[in-house]
Formats: sequence, C-alpha cells, structure tokens
Amino acid sequence: MAIRGGALLSTVLASAGPSAYWYLTRSSGAVALILLTLALVLGVVDVRRWSTSAWPRFVVDSLHRNVSLLALAFLALHILTAVLDSFAPISLVDAVIPFTGSYRPFWLGLGALSFDLMLAVILTSLLRRRMGHSIWRAVHWLSYASWPIALLHGFGTGSDTKSTWMLSIGVACLAAFLAAVLVRIAAGWPDQLARRGAALGGAAIFTLGLILWLPSGPLGKEWARRSGTPSSLLGHSSSGQSSSRQSSARSGETSR
Amino acid sequence: MAERVRLNPIACEAHGMCAELLPERITLDEWGYPILDERPLPPDLVSHAKRAAQACPTFALLVERDRSRS
Amino acid sequence: MSTGTRTAELLLGEHTPSSGLPRLLQGVPAHGAMSLRTHLDTHGPPPLGQRRNRSEAGALIERIEQAGLDGRGGAGFPMARKMRTVAGSKGKPIVLVNATEGEPASLKDRTLLETLPHLVLDGAALAARAIGASEAILCVCESASVGLERAERAIAEREQLPGRWPRIVLSPAPAGYVAGHESALVSHLNGGPPKPTFSPPMPSERGVRRRPTLVNNAETLAHVALIARYGPRWFRELGLSEQPGSTLITLTGPLACPGVYEVEYGASLSSLLDAAGGTTSRVRAALFGGYGGTWVGAGALPELALSNAHLAPYGAALGAGVVLLLSADACPVAETARVTRWLARQGAGQCGPCVHGLDALAETFERVGAGAPPQHAAERVEQLANLVSRRGACAHPDGTARFAMSALDAFAEEFADHARHGACEACARPSQMPLPIRARLTEAA
Repeated sequence: MAIRGGALLSTVLASAGPSAYWYLTRSSGAVALILLTLALVLGVVDVRRWSTSAWPRFVVDSLHRNVSLLALAFLALHILTAVLDSFAPISLVDAVIPFTGSYRPFWLGLGALSFDLMLAVILTSLLRRRMGHSIWRAVHWLSYASWPIALLHGFGTGSDTKSTWMLSIGVACLAAFLAAVLVRIAAGWPDQLARRGAALGGAAIFTLGLILWLPSGPLGKEWARRSGTPSSLLGHSSSGQSSSRQSSARSGETSR
Repeated sequence: MAERVRLNPIACEAHGMCAELLPERITLDEWGYPILDERPLPPDLVSHAKRAAQACPTFALLVERDRSRS
Repeated sequence: MSTGTRTAELLLGEHTPSSGLPRLLQGVPAHGAMSLRTHLDTHGPPPLGQRRNRSEAGALIERIEQAGLDGRGGAGFPMARKMRTVAGSKGKPIVLVNATEGEPASLKDRTLLETLPHLVLDGAALAARAIGASEAILCVCESASVGLERAERAIAEREQLPGRWPRIVLSPAPAGYVAGHESALVSHLNGGPPKPTFSPPMPSERGVRRRPTLVNNAETLAHVALIARYGPRWFRELGLSEQPGSTLITLTGPLACPGVYEVEYGASLSSLLDAAGGTTSRVRAALFGGYGGTWVGAGALPELALSNAHLAPYGAALGAGVVLLLSADACPVAETARVTRWLARQGAGQCGPCVHGLDALAETFERVGAGAPPQHAAERVEQLANLVSRRGACAHPDGTARFAMSALDAFAEEFADHARHGACEACARPSQMPLPIRARLTEAA
C-alpha cells in the first residue's frame, strides 16, 4: 500500500471523494507524455540544425533542454502522486525498478523502465562536461527507446486509455514521434543503408504492433483484469474506500 | 588577467551557436565554422562568452585566462 | 669484452673532431649501416657515465643551449628549452625519436637511420639521460622496412656497450603526412588514432603514457651526439651566429647527383648545386621546406643562401631541410594542383576549415589547370589561404596555404595562361614531385 505518511493523507483525501492524487497522476502522466514528445521533436529539430532568424540555434537547443527538464518535473509529479494515491499499491521502488510491483506489474514496469532510461539520458546530459562526448552521445540514443516504452506504459497502465481525450493525445504524440523519427532516419547514416533500414523497420514494427494490439488490449474487454490489476481492486473498490462516489469513479477499472 | 575565447577545432562541428551568442567576437566562415577574434575580452563580454561556451554542444569553445604565448 | 676495453682506452685518449664538413655524414658507408665499432672509431665514445649523474645531465643541456641547437624536424624549436621543459614537468620523462619522415621530399632521416643509426641512438640515449628518462622510443614508419631492420640491428649491437644505458624501444608508426606530427605520434603510442590532438597539454608536459615526453627529430639527436662529445664551441665553428652548425639537406630535381647533403647554415645554394654535380636542365623554381613550404622563382636562386635569415625575404624557410628543384619542362600548374590535392587528402579530417578549405584550394587549382577557372581565381586562393591558416589543430593547413600562395606568386604567368587556354603539353608529363600512394587517412579511420 501507499507509504505511511501518504496513507494517512490519502485516506483523508480519499474519503473526500475520488483521490486528488489519482486525478493528478493521470493528468501529469498525460502532460509528461506531451512534453516528452515535444522534447524529442525538439531534439530532432536540434540535431538537424534547423533554425531561422527568429528561432536561432541556441534557442532551439535551450528549448530542447528545458522542455526535457520540465517533462522530468511532471514525471516526478506523476510518480509521486501515483505512489501517494492509496488506491493502487504502487511504491516508490516500483517507479524505478521495473516489473517488481503488484499493480499491473508489466505495464507499470514499462513506466519504470522508461523512467530509468530517461534518468540515464538526463543525468549524462547534466554531467556531460565530465564525460567524453561519445559516451554522452551513445547514452542519448536511449531517448528513442524510452519514448515508445513510455507510450506503451501509458496505454497499458492508464485508466483513461479508452477515453477520447487520452486516445487522441496518445495518437497525436505517436504521430509526432514517428514524424520526428522519420526525419532523423532520413538525415542519418548516409552510407549505412542497413542501419537506416533497421531503424525504419523498428519504427514500423512498433507502430504496426501498437495498431494490432490496442483493440484487443486496453481498448478491449476486461483490460484491467488482464493487465494485472490486483483482484482486490477489481469490481468495487476494497478496504475502507467503498464510498459509492468512489466506486462509480473507479468503476472504469472493471470495464477496461 | 584578461580572458579570451579559444576554439578546439577538432571538437568543433559547426553548430554555430557560439556565433549567435557572441557575435562581437565570433563569425562563421562559408562552411559554418567559427572564426574567432582572440583579442582579450572586455569585462562586459565575459558573461556572454561563458554562455556561448556553455551552449556549445561539443564543448569546442573555451573561455580561458590569458596564457603566456610564445 | 674487447669493445669495452677499447672504449676505456678511447676515454683516456683524445679524439679530434672533424673541422669543417662532413660532421654527421663523416665516414658514411656506401652500403649498409655503419657498425657500432666503426662508429666508436670515427667519433669516439659518447660521454655517458655508468649511471645518471645530475650535474653531468645538466651540463649536457647547458652545452646544447650554448651550441644553439634548434630542432631539425621543421619547426626549429630550441632543443635546450624543450629539454628543460620536459625535465621540469611532473612525472618520469620519456624520449620519443621521430624518424617517421612523412614529408615525401625529405630523405635525411631515412639516410641517418639506414646508414648512421648509432648517431641517432647515441643522441637518444644522451638526451634521455640528460632529462632523467630511462627509455627512448624510436618511431619509424612501418613501411620503411630497411630502416626498421637496420635500427633493430643497431639497437641489438648496443648491448655490447658497457654500463647501463637508457632502453631504446623500436616502434613502427603508421604512414601518413600528419601521422608524423608530434602529438599524432603520442596519440598513436597511447593507443589512439595517429592524428594530431588539441593542445594543451603539450607532449612535453603530458605525452606518452601521460608522462612528459621529449619528441625530437632523428637528425636533431644526431647533432646532440656530436655536441656532447665535442662541445658547443666546435658546433659553432660552422654556420651562422643566429643559426649555427650544419644541417642535412635533401636536394632533389634535375641534378647530376640528387641526394642528401650536409651543409653549414649560410652556405650558398649554388655551392650546394655544385656539390651535387650541377643541374641537368634549366630550373624553373625551387621549393624550400617541404610540400608545406615555399616556392622561389629561378631568378632569385643564384643569390640565395641556405639559412632562414637569407630565405625569409622570399617568404621561405629551410623547414625539414628540403630543397626541391623544378625543371623548366615540368608544368608548375599541374604539379601545384596535384600536390595540393594530395595535401588535402593527407589531412586528418578532424578540423572543418582544413577539410573544406584544402579541398576548395585543390579544386580551384584543378579548375585553373583545366582552363575553367572560378571567378577571380587568384583572389579565391588568397581568401582560402587566409581562411585555413591557424584554424586547425596542427599546422598542416598553414603549410598547404603557404605552398599554394607561393605557387600563385612564383608561377603567375603559367597560371594565367592555363586559366585562359587550359592544359598545356607539359601537364601530362610524369610528375617531378613524388607523391606516396597510401590509404587516405580519413578512410582508414
């Protein structure tokens, strides 16, 4: 269950209605996804050295760095509120060590994995003066892995996948991601067709896989159960939070 | 002790941010590589020079204390 | 051991140094390398005690300073100053002998290595002792099989010498024009690519294995071997006060006997040409210093003397001791274009201005040679020369710029002619300027 201090607070908040943490974790997750997408797009714009007189290179570069940090801030909020929310048994450890949790372990774990990769990218960027340029660059490539994993985490763990707003955000971000990746592939490794082919193939497989998976996955029936929500949380909510308002707000869990 | 800008030409990849941030001392040649004016920096330019050095993605631009030159 | 006894005798005996020339080339064998025994007979034993002696070491650096010995690799850096910097830097020093000779028009280091290796090895050992190093690495181009073989044999011969000598290790180095640069050799020995590195730190502060490294041209150390024996006053008996001593010149071109000659600084060019048996055809111009050096038209040659002071008014310097004569039946435009293109390809490919600028220079010359010059070609060459100078990690682009500008100046007529009419009949003739064919450094990397 939630950490002790948070448990008290969350019980108090929970008894007041659907947990504010729960709303916060969903919304901050969505915002984090949007910001991460923006950061990645800016990263490609940056590496492509695009600029105009109104948008000089140093602005694009600073924007990329700052949006990434802002994304991290929202991610921190997303993680903290998820941990503090007493509904789902998510601990701080689950946020960093993948697949060890009890709530939708695989899908939540993807979030932890994505977060770990992101941490590596951001930490190396903050400390890049101390390491060689090539090490920094090698780690930075992990961003292209971190993003799709984050998206899968969002679709798999999120309570809002079926809702129009979340789906639209997800699809829009995916479109932006794919566009950025295509631009990057088109510009990179001019003499290594194999690499470009592999990257293109990877992106295509991911997209195709996603399209095939969504209808039978999170958009299909009983996703909450299939994704590993602890049975105690399925149906109506358990232990001390069975106010009817809470239940109806949570009922979304059962029908996913 | 005056400070000057100096370039590591091996690290430089012609991103060009330095010229945007310190146009008083850095211009770009026809291939996008920086041409440095290595005269001592007046005090009001030092912070701009440091910002330019921070912005360089490859740490090619350096701001250095005056060294004895042969 | 017989050599040991003989050495002891010689230590007591007097060994008179040669007055006048030759000095380094004294007794140079017509075939093969001079043996250790002959070397000791010719020059006497090197003044190297059994063990390092601080005052003895300091005394050698003093002697070298008084002699005014400058580096013979092209940069002409004062030897004593370099030794003091290395000796005074933190860490155990090490000596690096640069016998790679990447300059195609230079053969002097190869000559020393193949025929007089003990001069170089003596100098290396003496320099090592003087700065407190116990090891010297002799870098020879990996494709110089004769030099490598003879150096190895000479090193083995020295096992016979009494006393504990600094260890000399033979290390084959990759071929390439910029691979012979000081920092490129250091980078290679440290396991990196054979390309120049950004300084600081200089090799003299932190080089091979992060230790202060004394990098010297092979000829410089050969001079050290003799200065140690005969002293600075003897060294200064030849040459000029601002550029004392003798030096090796690689003289090539339409001559009866092209080759490596030892001259005293300040000697007239014509005396050198006479020593080489005179020219065999009319000379159009001479290239001084190397492929990164300066052309001087034939008109000025009769007045020239071989010293930097005498060459300076023509924008030239002796550099690595290269004097290349271009005969009047060669096409200077074709040669310039060919060599500039070669120089462009020889770059390490690390610095933008050099990569782009040298390519643009080569292209400009090629277009002029073909009769399709760009607008304002001469101004373009000058602009490019200014754009590349002092903007690389090494002096390679500067040398190419110098070569290009001096060619434009010395061969103005031929350039104008080609710009208007394209290739001349001399363009297709075989080149008089050798260009080693090797893998492009950028591709190999």
